[in-house]
Amino acid sequence: MGDLDRQNNECCSGDSCTGLSSMQTGLQPLSEVSLQDEVCCGSPPGPQSSSLEKPGYQLLSFVEDFKDTPCGPVPRVKTKLEGPDHLGTLIARLGIKRDQYKIAPGLYCVGNPDQDSPVLVTANYKLTFDTLRQELTYLDAWVLVLDTRGINVWCAAGKALFSTQEVVHRIKQTMLEKVVNHHQLILPQLGATGVSAHQVKKESGFKVVWGPVRAKDIQRFIAAGSRTDKSMRLVTFSILERTVLIPVELSHLPKPSFWVLLAVFFLSGIGTSIFSLNDAWYRGLMALTAYVGGILAGAVAAPILLPWIPGRAFALKGVFTGIVAGLAVLVLFKGGLIWAEAVALLLITVGISSYLAMNFTGSTPYTSPSGVEKEMRLAIPVQAGAVLVALVAWISAAFIG
Amino acid sequence: MENLRYLEGVTTLELDLEACVGCGVCELVCPHAVFQMNGKKAEIGDPDGCMECGACAQNCAAGAICVTPGVGCASYIIQTWIKGKEAASCSSSECC
Repeated sequence: MGDLDRQNNECCSGDSCTGLSSMQTGLQPLSEVSLQDEVCCGSPPGPQSSSLEKPGYQLLSFVEDFKDTPCGPVPRVKTKLEGPDHLGTLIARLGIKRDQYKIAPGLYCVGNPDQDSPVLVTANYKLTFDTLRQELTYLDAWVLVLDTRGINVWCAAGKALFSTQEVVHRIKQTMLEKVVNHHQLILPQLGATGVSAHQVKKESGFKVVWGPVRAKDIQRFIAAGSRTDKSMRLVTFSILERTVLIPVELSHLPKPSFWVLLAVFFLSGIGTSIFSLNDAWYRGLMALTAYVGGILAGAVAAPILLPWIPGRAFALKGVFTGIVAGLAVLVLFKGGLIWAEAVALLLITVGISSYLAMNFTGSTPYTSPSGVEKEMRLAIPVQAGAVLVALVAWISAAFIG
Repeated sequence: MENLRYLEGVTTLELDLEACVGCGVCELVCPHAVFQMNGKKAEIGDPDGCMECGACAQNCAAGAICVTPGVGCASYIIQTWIKGKEAASCSSSECC
C-alpha cells in the first residue's frame, strides 16, 4: 500500500465521509450520488453521465429524451430554442462553417405523438430544423428529417437534394409505415421544386400534403384541416429577410478583394518616377475607399433598399446606389483629385456596386434565372468596360497631373 | 411582395391547356400565385411573377407544364460563358 492509499483510507475513515467508499463496493451507487460527491480533496466532480448517452454518440442539447416506438427510440426534441441554438444561428448567418451546421437525418418527434399524429418533413440544416421546431409547441407530431447535406429546404429542392428520391428513401429507412397509420406526409411548400408528390405516392405509398411556406403557419394550417390559404402559400422578401442575407454576401469578398487591392495598390504607384511607394500608398488608399464604397453600395445598401431603388434589373439598381456612394467618395477627397482621377474613382465605385447588386439576384426568392441571364448579358460588358476605363484613367492621371 | 417585381417577358413557363386536367396542384405549390384555376383548367395569371422555381412542372401529373429552371446565380452563369455549359459547376460548397 502506497502513500496515496494510506491517505485515502485515513480520509474516508474520518467523519466527513458517510457513504460507502467505492473502494469497498467497486460500484458508484446511484442513490447516494450527492453524498459520494463530497470529497476530501479538490472540488466536487461534475454530474454523472445521463443514462440517455450512448458510447460513440453525443447527446445533443436540443434533445429532451427518447420516445419508444415500434421502430426503436425516437428523440423527442425541445420546442424552445436555447443559448447554443441562438449562437449556432448567429455563426451560420455570418457564413461560418455553414455547410457543417446540420443534424442527423431520420425520425424525430415533438410532444407525445401516436400513430395518428401528423408527420412533418424538413431538411437537416440545423437552422431549418430550429425554425420548424420552435413553432411546434403544444403539438404532438413526428418530424422526418431528410438528408439535404445541411442545406435549407428551398435551396436543397433546387439542387435535387430535397427530392422525391430522398423522401422515399427516408420513409423506408425510418420504417415510417410502422410508426403512423395514416401514411401521409406534410411537406413544406418550397420543397415542391424538388419533390413530385404523385411520384412519392407511387414509390412509397405515402401521400404528400403541401404545407405552408413558413413554419410559423403550421399550427394554423393543421387547425384548418391541413389546408393552406393564399397567404400561407406566398413567399415574401421583407426588409428584415433581405438584411439577414448581407453578412453571407460579404463573406465571399475577402479572398478576391485581397488580390484586387494588391493590384490596385501596385498600379497606383506607377507614375513619372516609374514607381513610387508613396503614391502607391496614398493613391492606393483612395482607390481602396472607392472599392469599399462600391461594396457598401452594392452588397449592403442595394439589398436593404431594394424595392425603393429605381429599375427592375439589379445591375441598374447597383448603378444608382453606386453613384451616390461614388459622389460621397469624391466629396471626401475633394481638392485632392484631378478630373481623370475623379472619373476613375466614380467608375470603380459604380462598377463594383453594379456587379455586387447583380450578384444578389442569386439570393432572392423572386428573380428568374432567365431574367438574370438577360440582365447579365447586358450588364457585365458594361461593368467590365467601366472598370477598364477607370484603370486607364487612374494610371494616366499619375502622368498627367 | 407586391413592390418587388423583376424583368418582364423573360419567363420560360409554358402551360399546355389541352393536357391540363384541372387538378389545381400548380396553384397550390406556386410561391408567387402565378397560376389560378379558371373553371376546369388552370391559367397563367401572372407570367412575369414567375421565378422558374419549377414546383409546378415537378408536380403536374398531367405533364402540362414545362419550365427551364436554371441556377440563376451570376457566378455560375459567367462560368457557362467562359467554360461552356458542360464544364460549369457549383464548385465551391460555400457558394449556396
